[in-house]
Amino acid sequence: MLLTDADLEALNLSLAVASRSVLMSLPFALAVAWLLARRPFPGRTLFDAFVHLPLVLPPVMVGYLLLILLGVHGPLGGWLERVFGVRLAFTTNGAALATAVMSFPIMVRTMRISLESVDRGLEDAARTLGARPLDRFVSITLPLMLPGVLAGAVTAFAAGLGEFGAVITFASNIPGETRTLPLALYTALQTPNGDAEAARLAIVSFILGLLGLGLSEALARQVRRRLGP
Amino acid sequence: MTIDVQLKKRRGAFALDVAFSVRGPGLVALFGPSGSGKTTIVNLIAGLIAPDEGCVRLGGTTLYDSVAGIDVPVEARRIGYVFQDARLFPHLDVRGNLLYGAKRVGAATAPGELAEIVALLGIEALLERRPRGLSGGERQRVALGRALLCRPRVLLLDEPLAALDLARREDLLPYLERLRDRLSIPIVYVSHQFEEVVRLATHVVVLRAGKVVAQGDIAAVSLTAPLREMVGSEGLGAVIEGEIEALEPDTGLARLRVGTGRLKIQSEGIALTGLVRVQLLARDLILAVEPPRGLSVRNALAGTLASIVADSDRTHLVEVDIGGPKLLAQVTASASSELGLSVGRPIWVLVKTVSLRGHVYPAGPTREPPPAAPSAPGGAAAAHETWADAPPP
Repeated sequence: MLLTDADLEALNLSLAVASRSVLMSLPFALAVAWLLARRPFPGRTLFDAFVHLPLVLPPVMVGYLLLILLGVHGPLGGWLERVFGVRLAFTTNGAALATAVMSFPIMVRTMRISLESVDRGLEDAARTLGARPLDRFVSITLPLMLPGVLAGAVTAFAAGLGEFGAVITFASNIPGETRTLPLALYTALQTPNGDAEAARLAIVSFILGLLGLGLSEALARQVRRRLGP
Repeated sequence: MTIDVQLKKRRGAFALDVAFSVRGPGLVALFGPSGSGKTTIVNLIAGLIAPDEGCVRLGGTTLYDSVAGIDVPVEARRIGYVFQDARLFPHLDVRGNLLYGAKRVGAATAPGELAEIVALLGIEALLERRPRGLSGGERQRVALGRALLCRPRVLLLDEPLAALDLARREDLLPYLERLRDRLSIPIVYVSHQFEEVVRLATHVVVLRAGKVVAQGDIAAVSLTAPLREMVGSEGLGAVIEGEIEALEPDTGLARLRVGTGRLKIQSEGIALTGLVRVQLLARDLILAVEPPRGLSVRNALAGTLASIVADSDRTHLVEVDIGGPKLLAQVTASASSELGLSVGRPIWVLVKTVSLRGHVYPAGPTREPPPAAPSAPGGAAAAHETWADAPPP
């Protein structure tokens, strides 16, 4: 099975969009997970629900909201373009952002669970040994929740490879720019005689998904072995 | 160094209100049943829990004072805390665990310090291992080393033996004795096992329901009523310290001077020199109102009857002054009245030699506080400030 240049382009773009989306959301997901797990504040339940919204909203609607907010004429999008010359709508970075928003709840969820499973007693022990809050987080909490962080990142990456609705709405379907694997697949299906290409892209997506799952499992196993029971 | 604690903390129906002040070095045992507030006290001293009011002072340093508004954060208190469950960091090897605190207290670790503490605790072979592969006793020794390497002002041990089986406890106890005898800092030791307290404590604080019900040196506390209620008649007995006068290799006995009398004890398997501490169980003692003659019992200590209290309907507890130390004997009420026991009359206490076995411990450092060590802050002089000038055992 040979891939055409357009197929490869879509594959590369998917990988780029998914990895950028993970990089974008990782620090924020970590912060939100920490906030939700460790810092009781008024309105936490509401905030929790808000973070999980992308899971239950139609992806197209998320893309639409992003377009309203960050589109060229949107309040934030216009400002970004005027002040920094950064445009998100209809760009690869925009596709990554839409993907990041969609996979954000998955990431927060996994990280939060692993953070909640970290023994606070170990952090207390670190405190008595002279570790300040940030030091404690970096030297104790983060290494111990690493399995969750990795699992969250890998799952978000794998899910990001297949994000369709939000990407096509916010970033459109521009070859070489925002036409990722699922978008290319959709386009092929819309094209007469595009069956062969659609089949190739479907197989590529399938293999990528399998690889992602395998990688996440291998990582989890390695971390478990290192940390012990 | 003096440790001065005065704390109040209310948690629901439980109210803790304690005060004690102990001159170190040595080991202060917080003894009491579960739920008496022992662990809460060490957590308050460490700063892991905030008191409602009170103060915590170590030597000249105030760690907490609700009136003056002082509350030193936990990470700046320089407290060596060994938790019941060791709490080693699973992602670091033993060396990483040991050095975790040392790296963070500012002063660089003296080159010999790690080696010294590692040798003291017998964990040389474990340095490259991960905590999960260690036994319970090994974990506790590593936790002790980790706490000591950040040069604490005080060592807090929260039931370090509780998670261990009997054999492992016996393994760890000598290390604790060694620390008690060699450290120049006070140790606060939480326990609900009187055996451990007898063996280790130089000062005992007895707690019940968040209050101090008795405190003092082990000899005095071993006679008090609150302690009697806690240990029950099985474990009840005066703890006394005596000096070894002579060993008799042919009989396997050692002669011990206690008060004005002499006591012969089994010396088997124990290197007896200097001061030792023995517990004479109240139910193992026999009283005589005349000098005993023609008995197989090897020990007869002359003394004066100091007090009699009813222990239960049928038994009395008799306190006998043997020229300083006091012994506690349990006698039946009928024997007590037949003998005409009354306060102030001369009396002889018979102790079967064998009844001492298993209760012989090397005593801790003398209760006289040593001359104040010059405290040189920082620099090479401070490198060994944790250690007393005691020669290695």
